[in-house]
Amino acid sequence: MYTYNDFDEAFVRTRVAQFADQVERRISGVLPEDEFRPLRLMNGLYLQLHAYMLRVAIPYGTLNSRQMRQLAHIAQTYDKGYGHFTTRQNIQYNWPKLKDVPQILSDLADVEMHALQTSGNTIRNVTADHFAGAAADEIEDPRPTAELLRQWSTDHPEFQFLPRKFKIAVSGAVHDRAVTLAHDIGVRIVRNDAGEVGYQIIVGGGLGRTPMVGKIIKDWLPKADLLPYVEAVVSVWNLLGRRDNKYKARIKITVFENGLEEFSRLVEDRFAVIRPTFSGVDQELLAEIWSHFATPAYLNAPIDGYLDRLNRDGAFRAWVDTNIAAHKVDSYAIVTVSTKKHGNTPGDVTDAQMRALADIGETYGHDELRISHEQNVILPHVHRSNLPAVYDALRQIDMATANVGLISDIIACPGMDYCALATARSIPVAQEIALRFEALKLEHEVGPLKIKISGCINACGHHHVGHIGILGLDRAGVENYQITLGGDGTEDTVIGEKTGPGFSYETITDAIERIVMTYLSLRTSAEETFLQAYRRVGMAPFKAALYEEAKAHAAE
Amino acid sequence: MSRRFTPKVVTANHLLDGDAIWLTADDRWTRNMCEAELIEDEAHADLRLLFAAGQKSVVVGAYLADAIAGPNGPEPTHFREDFRTKGPSNYAHGKQVELQ
Repeated sequence: MYTYNDFDEAFVRTRVAQFADQVERRISGVLPEDEFRPLRLMNGLYLQLHAYMLRVAIPYGTLNSRQMRQLAHIAQTYDKGYGHFTTRQNIQYNWPKLKDVPQILSDLADVEMHALQTSGNTIRNVTADHFAGAAADEIEDPRPTAELLRQWSTDHPEFQFLPRKFKIAVSGAVHDRAVTLAHDIGVRIVRNDAGEVGYQIIVGGGLGRTPMVGKIIKDWLPKADLLPYVEAVVSVWNLLGRRDNKYKARIKITVFENGLEEFSRLVEDRFAVIRPTFSGVDQELLAEIWSHFATPAYLNAPIDGYLDRLNRDGAFRAWVDTNIAAHKVDSYAIVTVSTKKHGNTPGDVTDAQMRALADIGETYGHDELRISHEQNVILPHVHRSNLPAVYDALRQIDMATANVGLISDIIACPGMDYCALATARSIPVAQEIALRFEALKLEHEVGPLKIKISGCINACGHHHVGHIGILGLDRAGVENYQITLGGDGTEDTVIGEKTGPGFSYETITDAIERIVMTYLSLRTSAEETFLQAYRRVGMAPFKAALYEEAKAHAAE
Repeated sequence: MSRRFTPKVVTANHLLDGDAIWLTADDRWTRNMCEAELIEDEAHADLRLLFAAGQKSVVVGAYLADAIAGPNGPEPTHFREDFRTKGPSNYAHGKQVELQ
């Protein structure tokens, strides 16, 4: 993985020193909050409902065991013994004290991590497919591209005061696991008809208040043109974006209001100006970055022990069935470690669990770990002979839950339990739904089903692209939950459709159960997934189950 | 016609730890909402908010929040303010344990 050079090291250390001074001046009263606020946000520090919150970037979701141990150390030393992994491959600490934050940033710098540009109107943490470098369906590892974009966007002088935040995701595989169509810019590594690898550029996607599916602005871009082209896109939006209205400031609105054709024309004009200024240094840099992403020295070992365990241990087999994905090397597997044991907070991992995960990654996973936007931890390279040992080690830390991709593998934002922007709670809704379906013993019967929950319209919980999406709102001073159905966050991204009036905190789990029961009653076979069934039958039967039956019961 | 003034408390976050705090009648900041000053008069509320906003080295983001008189002092009327008096619902963290 990428290792800081002297420049990176000096840059991060300088920012830590600057922020330490800013915090000292804030506490002494020299620096008023109005001036301090943008400075703390530049360093990932928010003030939330009950405490400060520090958002630390995990660039393209990749970390090694040393970094994971440092995240554990921070959770234990400065927080309440846990961290929260987010839908943008960040980790959030919910309880840091202001005076401790410079030391936390210094501890992060010790392991080449930071909280830069995790907030504010800048280009945020660049995210990528969490199976990068390991997936069987991969064209090319997206991480070197993501690292190049990270270096280019960090402290980019033109892009420190953008109209709004800006999010870039990179995917290098056939199946899109990075939700590229719901980002300001999605970068997809693709082959053209001649078989050459290049980039497909998607622009203007996004969730939030006005959800939009991104549009392809460039079908195939030569690799050397990536930075000038992306710079042209951001540059055009930087000038054209609606700074008068923050709800209309994102690039999706700019593209929508101006039309893709006109926006594309402006980008081409700008690109023509910028392209000659890129002398090729960026490509030299990219080549250097690639040298940090060497393929691990894969093991060659018999897998008899693994096959034997599969045959005799049903619980192990169930875990392998749900939590293992195909690796590009047959004898290897990608392990998804679920943070979502029924009743747990999605994305929360304790310091002890982080240390154990670091040990497991170091011993059995070529020292690589990933954080997925679905708030799980990934071990991307595990030889199948080591799967029993990994499973046993995960059981020791209560993280062997076999539920990846199932109804309890829920994405949930922090919601009103922590977030100052939230309009309702998300976490307890996720907890209750997971516990309900565990009690009903229906989870495996129901099969693949993605529930995503946001506690406000900003949609950090990606509810629009959940097969079942839940949006928590404040309706006349009471928590109210709106349901959407049929959303999809893959390469076929679809924004879910609202069912109708929302449900109270007390009745939302019952409503979800009615939807799932309706699906079970109308699916053609166990092979027809919820999403397939929804696409076949549409909204009507679900609406009837949610509203007409409820009315009928009320009339009884 | 202007809307009728409803009772308020002055609340903010503590500068050093970010904890939710409320202004008392004797100019202290308390972590326990029931010790806060319940303000029934609009002009007085404006004055108290000005006082709070002036305490730049102690508090962040002071604002007026709706409250009602309860048996032990002011109580929140909105669920958001209610959560601020307790802490998160997923763990026994924050005020629900710290004020015990």
